[in-house]
Amino acid sequence: MLELRSLSLDRGGQAVLDGIDLRIGAGEFVGLLGPNGAGKTTLLRAALGLLSARGHSSLAALSVRERARAAAYMPQGRQIAWPMPVEALVALGRIAHPHSAGAADRAAIERAIAALHLEPLRHRRATELSGGEQARTLIARALAQETPLLIADEPIAGLDPGAQIEVMRLFRRLSDQGHAVLASLHDLGLAARHCTRLVMLDRGRIVADGAPDAVLTAENLARVFGITAHLAQGPGGILFQPLDTIEGESR
Amino acid sequence: MTRPRLLFAGLAALVAALFLASLLTGPAGVGPGESLAALFGGGDDLLGLVMRELRLPRAILGLLVGAALGMAGAVLQGFLRNPLAEPGLIGTSASAALGAVLAIQTGLSAAFPLGLPLAALAGAGLSVLLVLALAGPRGGTLALILAGIAISALAGAATSLVLNLSPNPFAINEIVFWMMGSLADRSMLHVWIAAPFMMLGFALLWPLRRGLEALTLGEDAAASSGVNLGRLRLMLVAGIAALIGGATAVAGTVGFVGLVVPHVLRRAVGASPARLVPASALGGAATVLAADIAVRLIAPGRDLKLGVLTALVGAPFFLHLILKTRREGL
Repeated sequence: MLELRSLSLDRGGQAVLDGIDLRIGAGEFVGLLGPNGAGKTTLLRAALGLLSARGHSSLAALSVRERARAAAYMPQGRQIAWPMPVEALVALGRIAHPHSAGAADRAAIERAIAALHLEPLRHRRATELSGGEQARTLIARALAQETPLLIADEPIAGLDPGAQIEVMRLFRRLSDQGHAVLASLHDLGLAARHCTRLVMLDRGRIVADGAPDAVLTAENLARVFGITAHLAQGPGGILFQPLDTIEGESR
Repeated sequence: MTRPRLLFAGLAALVAALFLASLLTGPAGVGPGESLAALFGGGDDLLGLVMRELRLPRAILGLLVGAALGMAGAVLQGFLRNPLAEPGLIGTSASAALGAVLAIQTGLSAAFPLGLPLAALAGAGLSVLLVLALAGPRGGTLALILAGIAISALAGAATSLVLNLSPNPFAINEIVFWMMGSLADRSMLHVWIAAPFMMLGFALLWPLRRGLEALTLGEDAAASSGVNLGRLRLMLVAGIAALIGGATAVAGTVGFVGLVVPHVLRRAVGASPARLVPASALGGAATVLAADIAVRLIAPGRDLKLGVLTALVGAPFFLHLILKTRREGL
């Protein structure tokens, strides 16, 4: 689905991405973790070819049209320039499929609207919605693109707890159906519970990659995030609760 | 009929009615039936000449210039995601005007009837190349706007310099009048000069509608949903230059049409940037045809300039728009 080989990017003489190697296959829901400025957004954009970088990315090698059918992307910035109805914004996902039939487009749009529970909002102007409702609209837009791979930059930021869990479940369901999802996340607890795999990024390098309980270790959390946390095995997977910051740590 | 279809049908009918009204408005004081008969070669020779050589080119140019200004405004606003964007924003209008001013000043326009429009087209073309060079092939929206501001300022300063240093008061007079914008006393020759460029502009901008729609969610979202932004930017700048260069060459600078028309029609098309493109082309044509009829009715024989009227109506509207934008935090 996605293959990155020694992807590197410098900005102002400093390495923002430094030799990223990553393979994501069907059935995986990968959570991309890392502190602010670790390079998560840069990694996602470079993987898509929206930023030019050294090294190889299987998506960046595609033409713009092929890429749009291989991967959908939900950017971090929630830009909605015009007061268009929610339904029309969700329909923008279908621009990736210029030759698909109108009925197939409508079905994809309906599925996306239903998946994000946007039915009551579908005729509202998107610019008048709350931040969380806008985020759900934009996730639905990416979903309507119906690509094998979905890449989302902080998709659950600003959502209420219920909506966060819904979106994480939805992504997990997609990966269980054979899609792949790569999402940058700040909520480590939700990431631990719902992702099939976590990738931890620090200063442009991948410092940990694997199953949630292998990545979310006390040592990694201290080294990368500078925090201590309570980690426990619960019924539905690993339980995570951040406790305190580590003072004086030379990060 | 669905709402958008109804809107397009209504706008098209309005444009047709105003085109007819433009043909029938003038100081000759002849009845409509007689005028139309003369137009198609059935009537008296002098009236036929007036209809075919004065009124018909004026109406056609009103239609073309209006459609060009309206469409260019809608496309630029969609691309820049800013309701305050205007065709003059990327510096094309000011550069086209500079080209024309130089033609008048150097006597090129007097020596050679095509001199003025060709110089305006050259100015528009040069500004486009400059914008591309300054904003770069992958330059963002901000780079494009800044490049446009710089080019507008430069062209404006150069125009002032030409006027400043001009030893010839008649040339200054001619320049000032031309810059006010008008469709009076144009011939079929002007139509043949401007039409090919504007047709090229319409053809370049028409296929960009899907891309503009996708840009509602920003450049990354558009690019990842299959819009080739580099190509879109190139076609957009070339198309805008062709439209504005062609329009400025034959009509001078007619401002605010590209600003006001897309704004008025936005709500009617559900804010869709794609549907706004044809709607604004029709709306722009209707606006310029109506304004050109108005200048003839308000002050017959006084040669009230079209560009002056659109600015008088448009500038307060622009202020209203700024206030509204600030209130809505758009």
